[in-house]
This record gives sequence, structure tokens and C-alpha cells, in this order.
Amino acid sequence: MRRYAKGLTAARLGIYAFLLISAAFFLLPLYVMMITSLKGMPEIRQGNLLAPPGAPTIAAWIKAWSSACTGLSCDGIQVGFINSVTIMLPSVTMSIAAGALTGYALSLWRPRGGAFLFGTLMAVAFIPYQVFLFPVVRMFSFVGLNSSLPGIIIVHTVFGLPTMTLIFRNYFAGIPLELIKAARVDGAGFWRIFGAIMLPMAVPIIVVAVILQVTGIWNDFIFGLVFAGRENFPMTVQLNNIVNSSQGEREYNVEMAATMLTALVPLTVYFISGRWFVRGIAAGAVKG
Amino acid sequence: MAAGSRLAAQTALIPAMLIALVVYCGSTAWTIWVYMTSSRMLPTNNFVGLRQYEILFANERWLVSAQNLAVFGVLFIALALALGFFLAVLIDQRIRSEDLLRSIFLYPFSMSFIVTGLAWRWLLDPTLGIAKIAHEIGFEGVQFDWLVRQDRVIYTLVAAGIWHASGLVMAIMLSGLRGIDQEIWKATRIDGIPAWRTYIFVVIPMLKGSFATATILMATTVVRLYDLTVAMTNGGPGIASEVPAKFVMDNLFERQNIGLATAAATSMLITVVAIVAPLLYAQNRAAARASR
Repeated sequence: MRRYAKGLTAARLGIYAFLLISAAFFLLPLYVMMITSLKGMPEIRQGNLLAPPGAPTIAAWIKAWSSACTGLSCDGIQVGFINSVTIMLPSVTMSIAAGALTGYALSLWRPRGGAFLFGTLMAVAFIPYQVFLFPVVRMFSFVGLNSSLPGIIIVHTVFGLPTMTLIFRNYFAGIPLELIKAARVDGAGFWRIFGAIMLPMAVPIIVVAVILQVTGIWNDFIFGLVFAGRENFPMTVQLNNIVNSSQGEREYNVEMAATMLTALVPLTVYFISGRWFVRGIAAGAVKG
Repeated sequence: MAAGSRLAAQTALIPAMLIALVVYCGSTAWTIWVYMTSSRMLPTNNFVGLRQYEILFANERWLVSAQNLAVFGVLFIALALALGFFLAVLIDQRIRSEDLLRSIFLYPFSMSFIVTGLAWRWLLDPTLGIAKIAHEIGFEGVQFDWLVRQDRVIYTLVAAGIWHASGLVMAIMLSGLRGIDQEIWKATRIDGIPAWRTYIFVVIPMLKGSFATATILMATTVVRLYDLTVAMTNGGPGIASEVPAKFVMDNLFERQNIGLATAAATSMLITVVAIVAPLLYAQNRAAARASR
């Protein structure tokens, strides 16, 4: 049970006042996005940015979803949504599988070259992606993977590897050695120990990894832009194209509806996962 | 048996090893090599040493980008650390609705920089955004047009960045505060030391590790800063809000100047190493001391 401090002194009033003003600051953009998306254009031009819509309408949401133009086509942001799901599902699965296996091998088996691999992964977690872009584009076009669905999935797996390996390695390093020793006495080898002992025990960290990767890959812009190709542009790229390539009068309500739609998946993950989300960031942040 | 398992472990690491060698190390070396050639649209092996570097640092667009990154980085990290720490301290005062407030402060971090940038661009729209409200309620003299002013636009990016990341700092600091021994509070209270002095002279030094973690996380965001600029200002007005990551992207894919792009990328790499290495060292030392 948490005990609240009793009584309302001036100091406590000040605390609550500051917290409320801060809460307003953090909520303001979401509130403005929401009400703008529910207004018609005349009301946006004449009315007040902060005023709730006089006659709420979801017309802008429908247009944003199914018929907003990206400069090339007018099929709405739904194209990007489907692309993002198509990219995300295999990328999340592959990056977590690769990270779990690598983290497991590094944490328990002291393989040759392990120190080199671990050091490299740690360094890559900080290096700006711009350093890798040109060579990876060249390598991909050499093997015909540029601007393709497999290409973008591989890129997400490769650049998700550092963080995924680090969190799994740290988690597995905390599992009691006796357990593994006992399993080895029973004749279990590398793969049996991984499948029958480590993975079942790793459920909490797998949840954390899923949260991290789903939001991270959904929110990615630069890899999608460079590696996915026009056919597979993820939702963030489509959104930016819709907003920044619009010709003539800009439809702020449609733009904000499209923005809200793009934010919906990570926001849902965030509100469902609650404190797990924080745990995820902390696990990814504490490197080494 | 053991030898078989060891072999299996070594085999399981082959993909990660290949990625580390070919993609990470190979790409970095390749980028540094291209930077020392005269490559423009296509890579050549014509070695020119550090000439690209000289061209880069005579390039106004790059100098503006680098300066913007410095201004953004310092203001964004300092202000987000201050606001995040302050919010964590307030939340730690046994307040009501703690969970709700935490969720409100942290939700922006779950959203992409594209979404963040577009939301703030609309909010700060010089004709229909907050500017319009300010004019209607009588702030005629005050201009809320920073988004389109060359000398102010970088501060709008800072504002959006703070909105995005302060909740993260708050979460990191709060878990640090909750880990502090309650005896310290009792001891300082008995000695009659005011709470604010305890925070500054006792608590903040104890949270060195949390500050290092938050700073490292934000520093990597700063260097990678690209999406936010693209969505919010696209580098404009003019070149006033260009950033290094965008400079690399533009020269790679639009301006077809690979040599210059890789020179810029190499400079970014050197900057990151120079900034992150000491921070990591500090964080590891703080962790080592804590575990002793």
C-alpha cells in the first residue's frame, strides 16, 4: 500500500500545479491532432485550433485511410498499413530469434571470438546508420535484394541484432548455472538446453523484446525509405509522402487523421503493455 | 558430448559473426575507404586522402548542419534531463494518480519521429496553429512564427524533441530514485538539511548512472536525428534546419555525391566515438562501484 501525504500545503499545491501543467503540455499535441482530424476544412480555417469540433465527422479518417494521395497514387494510408504489417511480422520474429540464439551462445558457452562479437555489437548500437547505408545498399544490389520485401526484413534483422543480443545475453547470464550443469549431466546438449530450458524461462524477456521490436520497426522511417522500395513503403514513409507531397490546398484534417492512424499501433502497444514498456527501454538501454 | 555442444555453440554463432564481420566492420571500413577517394556518382578507387574532408568543411550546408546538431544536442539533452528529473522528483512525492501521470508523460516516446514532427508542425503552423490563437487573444506583438524563421527554427525541433523524450528520462530517473536507500532521507532530515539541498548534493551524485544512461540514449537519438527534421521542416526554411544525418542521405541518394556523403558519415562516426566512449566509461564505473 502506498501512503499519500496528508493535507494540502502550499508546497503540495505547487507540486500538483506543475504536474498538471506538464500533463497539459504532453497531451496538447495528441488533443490537437485528434480534434483537427474530426473537423471539416472550413472550420479549421476559421475556427480555433484548440476548440473541439462543432460537428464532429470521421470523413477525414475515411479519406486518410482509403483515398489520400501520396503523389504517385491515391489509395490512402491503408497501403502503408498493410506494408508495415507485412514488414513487421517476419522482421520481429527473425530479429528476436537471431538475438535469442546469439545471446544464449554468448552468455553460456564462451565461444571463440565471443568477446570480439560482443564488443562489435555494443559499438554498433551507438553508431549512426548513415555509416552503413552506402555499403549495404551496394551489397544488396549486388545480390539483387535492393528495394524488396526480403531486403527490408534482412535489414531490420541485421540492425536489430545488437540490442536483441544484448538483452538476451544479459537475461541468460542471470540464470543459475546449476540448472544448466544438471541438464548437461543428463546429457542435454547446446540445442536441447536452448529449447527445453532457456527459451521457456525467457518468456518475460521475449515479451520485452516483442514490445521493443514492434514499436521500433513500426516507427522506422530511414530503413523503409532506403531498402523497402516503392512497392513496400511502410506506413511512416507513406504518411510523410501524403503530407509532404500534397499539391494545392492542404487538408489538415486528412493529414492529422493519417498521422493518428500511423500512431495507433505503437500507442496501443504502449497502453496495453504498461510498465513492461518501461522495462523494455531499460533493458535495451543498460548496455553491457 | 561437451565437445559436440561447443561445436554447436560455435556453429550457432556463425550468422552473427558473419554479420559483424561483413556488415558492421566491412561497411564501416568501406565507408571510410570511399571517403578517401574522389567518388561522386559512382565509387572509384582514385585515392585522394583527406581532400573530401577539406571539401566537406568548406561546405556551408554541412557547417550549418553540424552547428544545428550541436545546438540541438546540447539544448535537447540538457532540457530533457532537467524536465525529466524534475518530473520524477515530483512524482516521487507520494502523489495521487501516479500511474496516470506517468503514462501521460511517457506516451510520446512510443510514437515515431515522423508522427511527432507532423503533430508539432501543425501545432506551430504560422497561420492556423498556436500563432492564430495568440493573435486572437491579443498577443499582437508576439510573433509565433519560429517554424518559418531561419534563426529560430532549430528551437522548434528542440521543443518537439523534449516532448518526445522527457518522459523516458522521467522513467529512468524514477527507477533510480526508488532505488535510493530510505535511510539517507531519515539521516538528512534529522540533520535538518532541506530537501532541495539533499537532492542536489546527495541524490543527484547517487544517480550518476541513471544520468549517464539517459544521456547515452538521447545522444544516440541526437546523432541519428533525421526523421524529425524531414517531417517537421525538411531542412528549411532554406537550409536553416539541416542536420548531418540528412546531409548524408541527401548526398547519397539525391545529389549523387558519394565521396562527400561518406566523408560526412565518417565525421559523424568520429563524433559519436568521442562522445559515447567517455559516457560508457562513466556508466560502467558507476555500475562497478554500485555492485562493490
